[in-house]
Amino acid sequence: MSWYRPADVGFSARQTLAEWGHGARMLLHLFTLFGASFKRFRLVRDQVFFLGNHSLAIISVSGLFVGFVLGLQGYYSLQRYASSEAVGLLVALSLVRELGPVITALLFAGRAGTSLTAEIGLMKAGEQLSAMEMMAVDPVQRILAPRFWGGVIAMPLLAAVFSAVGILGGYVVAVLLIGIDSGAFWSQMQGGVDVWSDVGNGVIKSVVFGIAVTFIALLQGYEAQATPEGVSRATTRTVVVSSLSVLGLDFVLTVMMFSI
Amino acid sequence: MQKAGLRPAFAFMKPIPNDALVEIRNLTFGYGERIILDDVSLRIPRGKVTALMGASGGGKTTVLRLIGGQWKAQKGQVLLQGPTGDDSAQDVGALQGRDLHLARRRMGMLFQFGALFTDLSVFENVAFPLREHTDLSEDLIRDVVLLKLNAVGLRGARDLMPSEISGGMARRVALARAIALDPELVMYDEPFSGLDPISLGTAARLIRQLNDVMGLTSIVVSHDLDETFQIADQVVVLANGKIAAQGTPDEVRHSTDPLVHQFVSGQSDGPVRFHYPAPPVDQDFCGARP
Repeated sequence: MSWYRPADVGFSARQTLAEWGHGARMLLHLFTLFGASFKRFRLVRDQVFFLGNHSLAIISVSGLFVGFVLGLQGYYSLQRYASSEAVGLLVALSLVRELGPVITALLFAGRAGTSLTAEIGLMKAGEQLSAMEMMAVDPVQRILAPRFWGGVIAMPLLAAVFSAVGILGGYVVAVLLIGIDSGAFWSQMQGGVDVWSDVGNGVIKSVVFGIAVTFIALLQGYEAQATPEGVSRATTRTVVVSSLSVLGLDFVLTVMMFSI
Repeated sequence: MQKAGLRPAFAFMKPIPNDALVEIRNLTFGYGERIILDDVSLRIPRGKVTALMGASGGGKTTVLRLIGGQWKAQKGQVLLQGPTGDDSAQDVGALQGRDLHLARRRMGMLFQFGALFTDLSVFENVAFPLREHTDLSEDLIRDVVLLKLNAVGLRGARDLMPSEISGGMARRVALARAIALDPELVMYDEPFSGLDPISLGTAARLIRQLNDVMGLTSIVVSHDLDETFQIADQVVVLANGKIAAQGTPDEVRHSTDPLVHQFVSGQSDGPVRFHYPAPPVDQDFCGARP
């Protein structure tokens, strides 16, 4: 491919567009399989367990440390304006509106996304998807859709755990270590965090990120070349593409939510 | 039961002779410039074991994929005799969605390395098509699965995981899974490759026995001459995208066609060259080095 030859540029543009179109159709297909997936809820439930429960450790530990750091940094900034009691509010708002969904999605891409891509890619390499097709079973419906909906359910739950643990981390630093009044810490938080505009924003973000990360992971696995290098490349691409998508979508969503 | 004439796949119903389950008509398939199958016509007789042979990359597996409707040919038809056994036939290549699934439920396919689902036990692998396509009770599923496993001699291996069984056993489990729904047609993709002599003999006998006992029609893709010639009723040799020879094992063995002769006698040079195309020897070894 040379960028200065019109034929090559056209070819690669067409190829890219075709890939995007294929991806969009797949996403649409997965959405239409909502009913079919939930009719066999056992399959979705298993995936929520695999993707969610197995990510709990990394999510909780990360949440705790992010909460610690937020407590310290928040205190450092706020004490300059003699309003260090507001550190609880700062920690909660940062986590619920922004850091909870975003960091959870990035970790989810690394922990669950890669395992999804590798699993699907290896199933493809081992002809398991072909075998399923030949048994008149649609692999998208039987394999991809339960994983997709499992990921979409698990992601907001993990983001909630992340924020909750993070707030506890902030409490440990601000109240137990620095000695801010516990009542002020919680009451400022309670008064300042709105269920709909703050928590709601975070939930919407985490659902969108869940859709993006799970879908990208599944698509990369399904489209992977059925070779060891192909699967390894697809796994890498899952992390890169889904991390960038999460950060990009986060900006877009934040702008949209500001304008409301 | 499908109503003939209503579905688009039946639009060009063509009678095919009653003794053939599958008929391939003027099939051409290729990737881009590379032609894999060039105007191939072939009949797979009902109740018989047909062996598709030929060198690697000769399009044998492609034929199976085309019959299964996983790939679509550029030209030609793959006619599958209608389920009623009358003369109506469906073109598998033109089937979509539910029709294609219905056609595939009449087929079983054994992949080269079994393609067992690695996250399911041997029992669950065989139960998979039953759970997906039937409403049988758990007791009945258990009975059917154990019967099928018994047919391949692995009733005792039901609780093992695919990672705990040998390659030969994995293929037998895959065979039990392929026949779980009592298909009419079973396709074997290289069932003998990489097997030790005992497993190889077992696999060959099993293919023949199942074919006769269950009244199946079998297509075996293989390049293992002795075993295949022993079990096949009809042998088709594919070479360069065409059918080089077709007939009973004996007819093919004694074929005078140079290419078939080279294949059957396993000679390294003949119409199929030992050397990959290269510049002349003197140019590479005696000429001036760059």
